[in-house]
Parts: sequence; C-alpha cells; structure tokens
Amino acid sequence: MDLRLPSKVLEHIFSFVDSNEDRNSVSLVCKSWFETERLTRKRVFVRNCYAVTPAAVARRFPEMRSLTLKGKPHFADYNLVPDGWGGYAWPWIEAMAEKSPALEELRLKRMVVTDECLEKIAASFKEFKALVLTSCEGFSTDGLAAIAVACRNLRELELRECIVEDLGGDWLSYFPETLTSLVSLDFSCLDSEVKLSDLELLVSRSPNLKSLKLNRDVSLDALGSLLRLAPQLVELGTGSFSDKLDQEAVSKLSQAFTELKELKSLSGLWDVLPEYIPLLYSVCPGLTSLNLSYATVQMPDLVELLSRCSNLQKLWVMDLIEDKGLEAVASSCKELRELRVFPSGADVDETNVALTEQGLVSVSEACPNLESVLYFCAQFTNEALVTIARNRPNLKCVRLCVMEPFAPDHKTQQPLDEGFKAIVEGCKGLQRLSVSGLLTDKAFEYIGTHGKKLRMLSIAFAGDSDLMLHHLLSGCESLNKLEIRDCPFGDTALLENAAKLETMRSLWMSSCGVSFGACKLLSQKMPKLNVEVIDEHPLKTRPDSSPVEKIYIYRTLAGPRLDMPEFVWTIHKNPEIGVSNLAIE
Amino acid sequence: MSYRLLSVDKEGLATSPGLKERNYLGLSDCSSVDSSTLPNAVPDSDKKSSLNFKATELRLGLPDSQSPQRETDFGLLSPRTPDEKLLFPLLPCKDHASGNKRGYLAKSGSNNAPAAKAQVVGWPPIRSYRKNTMASSTSKNTNEVDGKPGLGALFVKVSMDGAPYLRKVDLRTYTCYQHLSSALEKMFSCFTLGQCGLHGAHGRERMSEVKLKDLLHGSEFVLTYEDKDGDWMLVGDVPWEIFTETCRKLKIMKGSDSIGLAPSAVEKSKYKD
Repeated sequence: MDLRLPSKVLEHIFSFVDSNEDRNSVSLVCKSWFETERLTRKRVFVRNCYAVTPAAVARRFPEMRSLTLKGKPHFADYNLVPDGWGGYAWPWIEAMAEKSPALEELRLKRMVVTDECLEKIAASFKEFKALVLTSCEGFSTDGLAAIAVACRNLRELELRECIVEDLGGDWLSYFPETLTSLVSLDFSCLDSEVKLSDLELLVSRSPNLKSLKLNRDVSLDALGSLLRLAPQLVELGTGSFSDKLDQEAVSKLSQAFTELKELKSLSGLWDVLPEYIPLLYSVCPGLTSLNLSYATVQMPDLVELLSRCSNLQKLWVMDLIEDKGLEAVASSCKELRELRVFPSGADVDETNVALTEQGLVSVSEACPNLESVLYFCAQFTNEALVTIARNRPNLKCVRLCVMEPFAPDHKTQQPLDEGFKAIVEGCKGLQRLSVSGLLTDKAFEYIGTHGKKLRMLSIAFAGDSDLMLHHLLSGCESLNKLEIRDCPFGDTALLENAAKLETMRSLWMSSCGVSFGACKLLSQKMPKLNVEVIDEHPLKTRPDSSPVEKIYIYRTLAGPRLDMPEFVWTIHKNPEIGVSNLAIE
Repeated sequence: MSYRLLSVDKEGLATSPGLKERNYLGLSDCSSVDSSTLPNAVPDSDKKSSLNFKATELRLGLPDSQSPQRETDFGLLSPRTPDEKLLFPLLPCKDHASGNKRGYLAKSGSNNAPAAKAQVVGWPPIRSYRKNTMASSTSKNTNEVDGKPGLGALFVKVSMDGAPYLRKVDLRTYTCYQHLSSALEKMFSCFTLGQCGLHGAHGRERMSEVKLKDLLHGSEFVLTYEDKDGDWMLVGDVPWEIFTETCRKLKIMKGSDSIGLAPSAVEKSKYKD
C-alpha cells in the first residue's frame, strides 16, 4: 500500500510551516518532501552569501519571493574586516534578475550594494515590494532615485545604518504620484536634507504608512506637520529634536503627538533638549519599543520619561541612564524583554562611572520577561553575574562588554570565570553570549560544559592557551558562529577540532596565534570549508610558522570564491601569481 | 605583572599534553614570571614558532619605549612596517592593589597635558556607524554656528588626576565659574582619596568628609581646561562666555603638575616660539 501523501496534500500542510528552520528539517525527511518543500518555499534565508551560489538557490527555490542575504562577518561592524574584502550583492541580483524575476523582497545585511545593483533591481523585478538594507555600503542617493521611480508597488524602503553617498535629497521626489502603497520608509542614516514638500506629499498619499524614520536633518517643525499627515503611524523615528520653537509651535507639536494613537515604537531623538522630553509623555504608555541610544539626555529626565512607559518591551539607552535610572526602569517597565545600554563615550576612559553592574542587577531582579541584554560597562563583578543568572534563568542573549580589556572583578580582583559560569549554567536556553573582562581558560571550560544551546559566541582579550578554544569547539554542541580576537591560542586546538568547523556557519579569529601552516593544513583536510587568510601586511615569504593576522573560516557548497582581493589568501590561490586559478561551474 | 600566568590550570596542562601554555605577555618587561620555569611539554615545532615570533619582531606586549610611541595610534591603518605591528594592545603592568585603573593608559609623567591614549582597532566594540554619529553630534554641539546660541547641550569631559573615570558636564547648564566649580566639587569629592570609583556607592558613604574645595583651596588641585587650539590653560581667567565657547575638555590636575601652564590666553604667546 502506497502510504505517500499526494503532493497537493503535502503542499497544503507545508503552507502552515513558516519558520525556515522547520522547513529545513522538513526537506531532510525524504525526496518527495524535499521536492514539495522546495517548490513551495517563498522566503529564503542565506546567512552567508558565499556558502552557496546564487544559481543554486534560484534553481532550488523557483517560487522564491523573498531573499535575505548576509555578507561580511559580524566583526566587520568594528572595522576588523578590511575594505574590499567582499560581500558583493551584484552576483546575486544579476542571477535573480535572470532566474527569479518574480522576486518581491530583498533584505541584505553587511553587503556591498552599488547604484548599479539598485538600478538592476528597479529594471528587473516588476513586482518588487521591499528593499531593506542593513549596514550596507557602496551606493548613493542616485540608486535610491532609481528604485523610487521604477518600483510601482513599493511597500518598504529601509536603510538601516548604511553608509550612503549623499548626492542630495532629490531622490525622494522621484516617487511617482501614483505610488500610494508605501508602508515603511527609513532614511535615518542619510546625512543631507530632504525636501520637506516632497516628503509631505509622499506621506499624505500613503494611507498605509505605518513606519516612518526620518534623518537628523528633518526639523522639529517639519516633524509636526508630518505627524499631522500620518497619525496612524506605528513606528516613528524622529529627526533632530533640538530646534528652538516658540510656544505655539510647541503646543502644536504636543497636540500632534497626542494624536498618535497607534504608536508603538519611537527612535531618533538626536540632540534632544531636556525641555522637549515632556512632548513625548503622551505616547509613552503605548510604547513597546524605545530607542534613546542617540539621545544625550541625563538621568533625571530619562527617569521622568521611562516611568511612564509601563508597556515597554525593548529599551535601548546610553549609560547616561546610570544605575539610578535603571532602578526606575526596573520598577516601571515590567514587560521589558530587551535592554541595551551603550556607552556615551567612545573610549574606556570616558565611561560613565555612575553606571555599574548594579544597574543590570536591578533590572534582572524586577523584569521577569528579560531575555536579551547588551551592556557596556566600566567594570563588573562575579557576584553580580551570579545574581543576574539566578534572577533571570530565562536569558537567551547576554552580551556584556566590560570596556577595559582584562579588567578583573573590581571587588575581588579575581577573573570573571565564576560569573560567566553562573550565566551558562543557570541560563539553560542561552543562545548568544559575548564575554569580556579578565578570563582564564577555566571560563571556557565552563562555557563548553554548560553552553549546550549556545549558537553564537564572541570573545576578545581572554584565555591563556589552546585549551580555551578546545573547550569551546569540543563542548558547545549547538555552536554556529564563533568570533575571537586577541586571544593567545595557536594551531593545536583548531586542527584537533577541524571536523567541528563543518557543523558551524563560520569562525573568525584575528590577532591570535594561528600559523600559516595550520591554515594550509586545515584547507587540505577540509575541502568543504573556505579557509580565508586575511593579511594586509603579509611577509614577502610566508613560512609555515608565521602567524596570520586574521582568519575567516566558513563552510560552503560554492567552493572558493572568485572575487577575493589580493589581501585574502586561500589554498586555491597560487602564492606566486596571487590569483585563484580554480573555476567554478 | 601578568595575572593569568599565576592562575594557569596546571592539571589541565598535564592531562592535555601537546597543548602549550603560552606566555601571553612574553616580551613585556612587566612579566616577572620566568617562562622557563613553567611546565612546558613543548614540541620542537612550537619552540621554533615562538623563536620565529621573536625573529620577526612581532610584539606581544608593551613596547619598551616611553611616551612618544604611546602617543601614536596603533590600531588605525596608518602605514606601518610589519616589524612594528602589534598583535595585542598596549598593556602596562597593572597594579591591581592600588586599583588605579589609569594604569591602562600612559602616565603623564613630565607632560602637562595628558598623554594620548593608544587606540585598539575595533575596541570597544561599538559600530562605526554609532561612533561616527556620536562624533558628529559632539562636533555639532561644540562648534556653535554664529547667531544660533543655545543650540543643544555643550558636553565636555571632566577628568581628574587619580580618579578612575571621567564624567561629562553640560556647560550650558552653568552660568558662571562659581556654579561650575561647586558642581564639580560635588561630582568629584568622593574621588579625592582616589579609592571611591572601585567601591561605588558604599565607598562614598565610607569616605571621610574631606571635600574637593578644601583640597582646591589648599592648592592641591587646580581646575584646567583644554581650549580649541589644544592648549591647556587654567580655568578662570577669561570671561565665562568665551570660556564656554573655547573649552573642549576639563581636567582637575594636581597643583604640582600645573606649574608652567599658561594662566590665560594673553600669556599664551609667552610660551610659543
């Protein structure tokens, strides 16, 4: 008896399977499930653009409507990846234009996107609806104009923290009068002025506009008139909040804010003057997300604001909030799920002394839903980490950045090993961890022993020896992304645990003690990995024992990439010629 | 002194032969532990590699030389020969006992101005987008456009000799020197004996009543500022409005260090060649 379900039935069942992790599992069951799943997958996530070729993706998923791609390694955010390393969007866009012209959504993170790419998108995808670029670079406002003019059904255009060559604010005027479908517009990272009249026209003919994030150049006055045109906004990113307004203008703006009945998310607030904070009071009770990380507001004003935000789930703020402010958050924001505290100064020396480990302890005590934490702080203690782990075993993401490298527990002068032990032991569902402060190999033994659900781990200036890496690679079963800088291990642990690397998405190591010879050996042993040696100051002759600057290792089905700059070496490159001589089909 | 060398898990080494204990601060003259005394089952190839480290002159720790080198920006991609490249950031001997966190930085020595800090690329891990945004925010605030007074806050950093960290003050919230000085006094009174930063709130309660102004009046500390030309001057000689426009940083210095500082803008020319 044939027990196979007809594919129509399977299709129907799979239409309820949304998450890609589940879909990946479904595709592994058997051939017919693989086939049915691939023919019905609409949203494709490629988390390393070099892990697979564009052609392979297009071939496998003919019904793809949404593509998400990530390019450079995470440490590129901190200037550790040299310019020109790679992550080019063009090959993907070119391939999809030919093979998946029905593509509607493109979401790119840490990729190089040129104006040519944007023009190609505009010209090739007739049903294009959403372009979301996060931490991307390489394009100008001309490219945006191309998108604006051609994409008749555009719903989302979001530029999040991109580096854009700003050739002027005219691009906004290229949206045709017939475009009324806009749901989300984010140009907060652009430097220059946009014409207010263009913006007002666009907003007034976009009844579905739910999310609007302005750039710094949009004045408070302009904000007022925009809010009056779009009281239905759910997400608002203001422009600069510091012009001097007369009394009448202030009360009109205040009125505009009270009309925002649907507002859930607020950001922007650059240069906000303390006297304008009360303008926001009316929207506070409805807010679930508040980004004050660019607002140089002092603690008392922050407390006044946050004590009104009883439904807040996500708070990003600077260390100006101080421990006292976080205590107020702890007592007012019981729904808090995510907290990020950024430093107000860029250097170790400039950290706000009134923000200590105590602030985080208070929040962990009082906010039962707290799951995700990013905390920059001058110093920390094991006691605080133990307390936080005890208070919040449900933490999923802990990123602690003790600003001074090698800083020990400031009360006991001990390493922070025991503190992080408590975190990985207590928070059994921990998926992401960044460690800092003084740490010995013991800390990594604990992480290897207890961090079984850990998927992403970031380490800097820690450990004593190869044991550290060995503990992690042999212990952390779910490890997917590992990034390490300035840690004193060498070749042994890496080579002994080479097989582990095929189960991970990527491994980044910079300023560690790995030798060139080990990289060659690893490349030979593991053909399914790309072992990239990134060396901007290579020695003229490269003996096997010479240490390498940076290594980026990732699993791939695509083989060596063809777009490597001269400072990236892989085994496929002939060192004398310096050019890859291996072609890919 | 390298803390980590003392805390090595010797058992770990014994059970995993072939994993070598590395002297992290090997070439630093701060290390008082003789690496040859550590149990080292070192295969020959590893020995060779550590020798080769020395041969290629790649430093693992603090260079021997003093201030001039410390003032350069190590982390940024300035033209450097491979020989001078540092694998690890600068780390002077940390004197944990005294808790003087500024051991991380170069000491001023005979300079009147604080020595420039060594930069490490990508540390602290703040996105360059955020760094650029914050930097332009500060410059927008401090470079006041003519005819637009009172635009935004005027944050300047205030540091104090012996205090572990800086504070920031908004000069716009003060109207005169007296106002500023009493605010600073409140902020820094707990730092006078240099221990407060470590103990936080509890430390403040335990502190004695010694006040900053007593020390100031006793000429132990003076208030100085860095103007927009980068010169360090004594606070108080120019009119308040001019001070707020030209002040970039404040520093509470020990009286003895401030000898020779230009007392006012007029006197500045005396010190220039």
